[in-house]
Order: sequence, then C-alpha cells, then structure tokens
Amino acid sequence: MGWLNVYAAVYSPEAHTSLFDLSTNAGKQLMWIGTTLLLIICILVINHTVFDTFAFIFYGFMILMLVLVLFLGSNINGSRSWFKFGSFTIQPAEFAKVATALALAKYLDVPGINLSKQKDLLWVGGIILLPCILIIASNETGSTLVFASFVIMLYREGLPSWIPALGITAAALFIVALVFPKLYIFLGVVALLGLIILIMPRHNRSVTNLIGIGVLGIGMMIFVTGVDFFVNGVLQKHQRNRIKVLVDPTIDPLGVGWNVTQAKIAIGSGRLQGKGFLEGTQTKFDFVPEQSTDFIFCTIGEEHGFIGGLVVIALFVGLLSRIVILAEKQRTKFARVYGYCVAGIIFFHVMVNIGMTIGLMPVIGIPLPFFSYGGSSLWSFSILLFIFLKLDSRRTALARR
Amino acid sequence: MLENRKWVIIGVFCLVGLTYLARLFYLQVLDDTYSLGASKNSIKRVVEIPYRGQIYDRNNQLIVYNTPVYDLYVTPKQVKIPDTSAFCRMMDITRADFDSIMGIAVNYSPVKPSLFLRQLSKEDFARIQDALVDYRGFEPIISSMRTYPAHTMANALGYVSEISKKQLEDQDIMYYRQGDYIGHNGLEEEYEEQLRGKRGVKFMMQNVRGVNKGSWKNGAFDTLAVAGQNLITGIDVEVQKYADTLMQNKVGAVLAVEPSTGEILVSVSAPTYDPNMLSSRFFSKNYRALIKNPYKPLINRPVMASYRPGSTFKLIQALIAQQQGSLFTNTYYGHGGSPMRCHCRGGNDLRGAVQNSCNPYFYNVFRKFIYHNGEHNTFKASAIGLHEWHNMVEKFGMADRLGIDLPSELKGNLPTPEYYDKAYRGALRWKFSNVYSLSIGEGELLISPMKLVNLAATIANRGWYITPHYIKGFGKAGTGVPNQYHQHHETGIDYKYYLPVIDGMRRAVLAGTVTPLVNTTNIELCGKSGTSQNAKYGHKYDHSIFIGFAPMNNPKIAVAVFVENAGWGGKAAASVAALVAERYLKRKTEALVLDAQVKASNYLPPASALIAPKPKKPAPKDTTQKPAKPLMATRPKSITGTGISGN
Repeated sequence: MGWLNVYAAVYSPEAHTSLFDLSTNAGKQLMWIGTTLLLIICILVINHTVFDTFAFIFYGFMILMLVLVLFLGSNINGSRSWFKFGSFTIQPAEFAKVATALALAKYLDVPGINLSKQKDLLWVGGIILLPCILIIASNETGSTLVFASFVIMLYREGLPSWIPALGITAAALFIVALVFPKLYIFLGVVALLGLIILIMPRHNRSVTNLIGIGVLGIGMMIFVTGVDFFVNGVLQKHQRNRIKVLVDPTIDPLGVGWNVTQAKIAIGSGRLQGKGFLEGTQTKFDFVPEQSTDFIFCTIGEEHGFIGGLVVIALFVGLLSRIVILAEKQRTKFARVYGYCVAGIIFFHVMVNIGMTIGLMPVIGIPLPFFSYGGSSLWSFSILLFIFLKLDSRRTALARR
Repeated sequence: MLENRKWVIIGVFCLVGLTYLARLFYLQVLDDTYSLGASKNSIKRVVEIPYRGQIYDRNNQLIVYNTPVYDLYVTPKQVKIPDTSAFCRMMDITRADFDSIMGIAVNYSPVKPSLFLRQLSKEDFARIQDALVDYRGFEPIISSMRTYPAHTMANALGYVSEISKKQLEDQDIMYYRQGDYIGHNGLEEEYEEQLRGKRGVKFMMQNVRGVNKGSWKNGAFDTLAVAGQNLITGIDVEVQKYADTLMQNKVGAVLAVEPSTGEILVSVSAPTYDPNMLSSRFFSKNYRALIKNPYKPLINRPVMASYRPGSTFKLIQALIAQQQGSLFTNTYYGHGGSPMRCHCRGGNDLRGAVQNSCNPYFYNVFRKFIYHNGEHNTFKASAIGLHEWHNMVEKFGMADRLGIDLPSELKGNLPTPEYYDKAYRGALRWKFSNVYSLSIGEGELLISPMKLVNLAATIANRGWYITPHYIKGFGKAGTGVPNQYHQHHETGIDYKYYLPVIDGMRRAVLAGTVTPLVNTTNIELCGKSGTSQNAKYGHKYDHSIFIGFAPMNNPKIAVAVFVENAGWGGKAAASVAALVAERYLKRKTEALVLDAQVKASNYLPPASALIAPKPKKPAPKDTTQKPAKPLMATRPKSITGTGISGN
C-alpha cells in the first residue's frame, strides 16, 4: 500500500537526474536504471530464504572482493577501490554495506544472542570493522564512515545506551574543540561537571561517584587536546581542510572553501520557489563541482527552491519512518534487524550528503541515495531496499493466509 | 521496552530532517547574502594576476620589467565562426593549430574559457581587435610579459614560462593553476615566491549574458592581488654588458664579485642568448633552437661547468702548506726530482714560484704537505695527508656547493681519501705519486668558476669570504637579504700567510706569467693565471683561466675568467679579467689596444674538429667540450645569422 511512495522516491527523481546531467552521463544513467530494474526483478523472484541462508556467504564473498580490489583494482584519484570492466566501473565498497547488513542480521537472528553481553558485542563489532579496515586500506574514508550507521540498528537491538551517548559526546567535543580555544573548553567542562554535582541528589554524592566524574572530566580534556593532534598530525591534508572549512567557510574561498561556498550560493539563490526546472544558472555553468554526484542536492535546491528541498527531505523522512515501522512489524528478528540496517544506512547517507551541501557537515564524498549519478550506488541502494521489500512481502503473504 | 526505542530512532530522523529544513529555510528564504537578486545572476570569479617584481642592477638600472600583452581566451560552446580559414589567416595560425587548440579547450570544458593564444603584443592585438567583435566566444585578457631591456645575463636570470605538468602536481601548497607562469632556472626560480606576489580574486555578479552587475556581497570574499617585490641585484649591468662583448666568439665564463660583501658584479656565461627570446609567445620555437645549439647556450657556465682549476689552485696549496708549517716564504725548490715539466728557469722561493707558476715547486710543496705527519709508511701517510688537505681546502668552499642563490649549482669534485680508495679498489693502494697532479690543480679536481671567484675574493679579503650572491635586496638595497649572505666564513689560514702569496700574485701580473699588455689597464691587479689541460685537441686547446683582484690594497673587485680552448692562461683569460676590472673601477676602458685584441680573438673550437670523431673524454666530466658547428652568438638575431665560418 505504501509502496507507491517508495516507487516514486526511487524513480521520479532518477529520471529527473538524468536530464540534469550532461548527455553522456544521462545515457549511462539510463543504462544503469535498466540494469537496476533487472536486478529488482531478480530479487523479487528468488525465494526469501536465500538471503537468510546465504548471508554469511555473501559477506565472505564481499570481503574477498574488497581484498582483491586492493590488488587488482584500478587507481582512480588515488583510491584503489574500483573494478574496471571495459568502460564502466564497479565499486565493491558500495555492496559491502548490503552484505554486512545481511551478515549482522543473520548473526543477531540466533536466539540467545544479547548485545549487552560483551562477547556478542565483540563479534558484532568484528563483523562491522573487518570491511571498514579493508575499505580504509583502499583509501575511501567516506564509505567507511557509513558503517557508523549500524549503531542505529544496534541501539534498537539493545545496545547499552552509554555507547551511543559516548559517541555523540565525542563528536560534540570534537567540533567544540575546533571552534573554541582550549582554555575555554576546559573551563566549560569544569563548570558543566560542577553543575552536575550541584544538581545531584545529596545521597548520590559518594566519593566514588565524585572520582568518576573527575576522571570523566580529565578524559574529556585529554580528548580535546588529542583532537588538535589528530587534525594536524593524522588526517590527510584534504580531509583536514574539509573540517576546517566547516568551522570557518571563509578561510579559503578560492580553494577548499570554494565547493561549500558555491553549494550554498546555488541553494541560497533558489529562494522559496526555485528558478524552475533546468533554469539553474549556478549548477548549469559548472560553478558547483561534482554537481551530478555528491552535490546533486544543489540542483534541487536551486531549481526547485525551498519547496523542492522540503519535498525531498519530507520524502526521505517518510521513507525512513516507514522502513522503521515496517521493520517493527516483522515476524523474524532477521528481517527486523535488516530493516533497521537499511534505515540506518540510508539515513546516514542523506544526513551527511544534504548536510554538507548546506554547510552543516564536512565534505565527505558519499552519494545521496536514489538521486546521485553513479551505477554502483544506485545498484547497492536498490538491492538494499528491495531485499527488505522481499522480506516484507513474505510477511504480508503470511498475514494474508 | 526495546520496542520503544523505535520512537527514539524515528524521533532522531525527524529532528535531523527538521534541522535541515530550518537551515534550508534560513539559507533560501531568510538570508539575503546567498541570494543573487531577482534576476538570474551568477557569480563569476575573476582572478587578478599580480605584477611580477622587476629586477634592477646595483645602480638602479632596469634589467627586467613587464610589458602588457593580451592572452586570448576561448569558450568553445559560445564559439561561432562563419569562415574558419579566414579566421585562421587573421590569427596567423594554421588550420591544424586551430583544430588542436580547440580540441584541448573542448576537452578541458566546453563552457569555461581556456587559453587560445597567449601573449599577443599590443600591435598584434590592435590588428585583430576590431575583427574579433564578429566572432563570439573569444575574450582578450590583459596579462604581462617579461622584457629584458639590457639583453644580457640570460643564464643567471632564468626565464618565466608556463608551469609544467610535473611542477603543477608536485607543489606543496596548491597555489599554481594550469596555465600559470612560473620562474624557471636562475633568479626567476630562486626568488619565485617574492617576485610573483600574491594572486587576488574578485567575485563579480554577472547576468546570463555575462554583463557585470557589480561585486558580490560588496567584496567580502575578495582578496586583493599583491604585486611582486622588486629584486635589486648586485650586478653592474654596464660592466656586465661590456664583459659580454669581450666574450663574443669565445666559450667560457666571467665572474666578478665585490670581496667585502660577496655581491656578484658580473656573471657572464658565453655563449649566451638574448633573454627576450624565451619570454615571447615564440618560446617553444626559440627554446628548441637553443637546445639544439651545439655550444649549449642554455648552460649557465659560472655554476654548471666544472673545470680543472689548473695553476690557479697553486694559491690554495701555498696557503694551506704555510699554515700547516711545511712551507715557509723562503723555502727554495729547484726543478730537480720532479716529474713535471716547467717553463720557468727554476730555483724559486714562494713569491717567485707564484709569480712564475713553477710546477716542480708546487709538486714539492704538495709532497711535503702530504707526508708532513708522523707516519712512515707512504701509503698510510698519503691517506692521512690527503685527509688533512681535504679538510683545509674545504674551508675555501671547494668541496660542497657554495650555496649561492641560483638553483642549478653543481657540486664539482674535491677528492677525498675515500674517493681514491674507491678508484684504486681498496684502502692503502695509492700514495702521493698517484695523486700528485692535484698539486697543480689537475687530476680529479673539478671546480666551478663560481668557486674560483670566491677564492679570489677570499685572498683579496686575506682570509675570509661571504658566500657570493646576486641579491642585494628586495624593494631597496639591504632589505630581505637572506642571513647566510651576511655571514663571514673563515678559512682557518692566518692573515700573515696571505701576504707573500698576494705579493707573488702582483708580481705574476707585473712580470710573470701574465701577458705584459694587461698592465696597460693600470689598476694594481693581482692575479694568478691557470692553464687547464684539455687533451681533446692537443695542448693548443687548453682552457685559459685567470683569477685575480684589484686594487692590491683595499680590493674592490675579484674576478675569475674561463676561456675554453684559448690556451695559455696568462693571455686570453687574464686580458678579459683585467679589462672587466678596469671598467668596473674606472667606469671606462683605457687599455684600448688590449680591448681591441681581445675582441678580435676567436677561440671557438675549430671547424676542422667538426669532422674528427669525438675522442673519449679523459676526465669524468668536462662539461664544456663541444663539437663545433655554426656559432651561437650573444644576440638573438644571430641565432641563425652570425655564424662564424670556423677559423
């Protein structure tokens, strides 16, 4: 019943995109759409038990591919992560997400597995980290970050809530550390902890608790100091610049800041209603770099204005909520876990991609699901989504019986 | 309970969605800064190329400045040319050129401008300007071109041309873009950062037809171009040009420095070329011609050629042996016992030996030096002695690069004991009798003219030197000179040991190895000639070398001259050196007979050598031996023209 929604999300913007693109890209994209259709039919036809049974085999196969690509892949822009077949290329990292989601679902499906147990947690962590390491080895940091999105699923499946809390605190401190001088942050941390102690009920103010808070505070300060070292010492230069631009977009309007500034100009110039289909001046004249892939949202923002952006974001939020609700209805734990993985992956892509074009996220080269040009990503998102649909159709079939 | 977490998750989704919507609303509806107004404007980035710094000589004469020229850019998608062949005729290019340029441009981007023709002179541009209105998609952009009013010093200056692909990829800070100009070789490369200035950028609003609608956000993001700094050099252009004329029809180098400051006054590499040749849009054609020229005018001989220094090296031998205590002013050696031939009558003390450049004398000096240690085994003693020798000579800046302000300085060779161990395949397999040619500056020594002029300056200063350098300041003299060019380098030789050597040098000019005509310059020149063996065409074609300084007390100029294949050092090289020093000290030339004699002589390798097969070179590298072919002279017009028909 709600599938029209999804179909619309999948297809109408897709045809759209191919028209924005240059003639060569549009042609290729059509081909990709055609093959995607074939894939979808395949997925819908085969028995749902296939995904369940072969989950680990898919996973193993993807790991193998990731290893192979390190040695056999062709080198594009310094990252060795593409297989080349004649004129078109495939990026195994994209499909590794699907395989990892399946493997996770399969693992958690086993009765008795409980995420609050340390051993199980370690296994799950291992399943997620293995492809991450391989993808980092092929120099594709952006795709690696996507694996962080599995946290959403794990949270639903009973991950102790201090882990995501810790992650969010770390991320917040990271950004704060970049914006403010260290001394202020230290003062802030001390003030915050002091406030907590003040609010704390009197009977909770035991020595151990106070020491714990003290240790926490010192940990935060060390972390803040570490951020500086990490940014200047560990990150590659282009990554460092992307983070710096996020904090202060004016530092280098010609070089690094250029992408972000131009993206903002393009979106900002769309106003409420947009300039109209194919009327965008910024995006059409190549002001925004990579406008058909990573910065596709600029086109929407410029040509369709705030209304267009609203619709797209609403569609995505709708789609995500729908997936979550459907996942909850699943009979098997396998399907539910998988559903949450799908939601998490799509959510992460959307958040980062749109976030970077409007200057809320650092520039990370990951595509906007179903919108961006690119075969691998279209394939992998379709596979991701339609495996879930297949699992879901199984549920409805059972319900009807 | 875990089911409830789904609401948290959906809540997070909605929260992020709402945050993004709020941000979008702010960007698109509330915030005016990113709006470009009601009309369909777009922002164009206009890059402002700063003026490159000019280069002056020590007397404020211009050596390099910029002339405005026009670069023509094309935007392929807008191009409409009704008659391509007429267009090509107007632009003075062939159809094939046109196709290839357009091909590259389309490949780069159909909608962004790419370079079509560069550096059209004002005259050329005026010719096509009217007609250009009829062709859409072409846009002239004013730019500038290096111009060299003095027509000299090409090798030391280097040139400015488009950045190479490799440089573009290798840069640390991404400053340069495709098509940018960058200094190559010479001072243009060495001081690139200061000379180029800083590029500015302006953001302009344009409507769809490309009409400017003013600056964007009132220029909040604009940066102003900062013009490059002017470079003041220590060069004396007038003397430099004069030295150029003296070196016509010769191969070699002339260098002069001011001993008290280390500033380079004259830097001639002969044969040379007119620097203007490499700044016009005919760069590639001219560059090819220069590369093919057999006399290799692109080599900057003062720092890139390495010669055996010949007898000039005896000065160092005399100095270090005195310091070591193995030589005294009154030490007397005859010709006996030496395997070397000599042209003097024999029987000299130190002053006389320098005056007459007595080979056996310095054979003995060096022998005594090498064996002046407690070791009795001659092999061991030689190793120890040569080690000491290397250490003392090194202090004169002979071993490593001097560190002058040119990027292309070569190291040369000052042999160490290890060097001979390697050559003789093992330690203690060689001794003094294997290396004695070092005593008179032959053998395995390879020294650049720059190092020799530094030696002359060191002796003129009686014991120290400042590394020679071209720079005298940025903007005005004295500012921005790197610290290493203020630093005194001591040689570790006492003041008193310089005096007899300088005496000998003065006597060498007055009544020694140097041709008497040199004294008509009347500048109290002290010097030492050298004749570097060049077995290629027999001894007739030895290289002629002279180093010296003037006046004897309170020296103002130190000179080193190399003339290849000119034979006896006391004549060709000494004459050039004396005339250059005279011109610098007196600002005029009085020794007219000498002047005429030098200008009339031609020491280019003979035409007959053309036919002879190239013999094997005896030394590791004597970079300057050339097969002879029609001559490249100092003026560009003569690149094909003034060929000398051999001699």
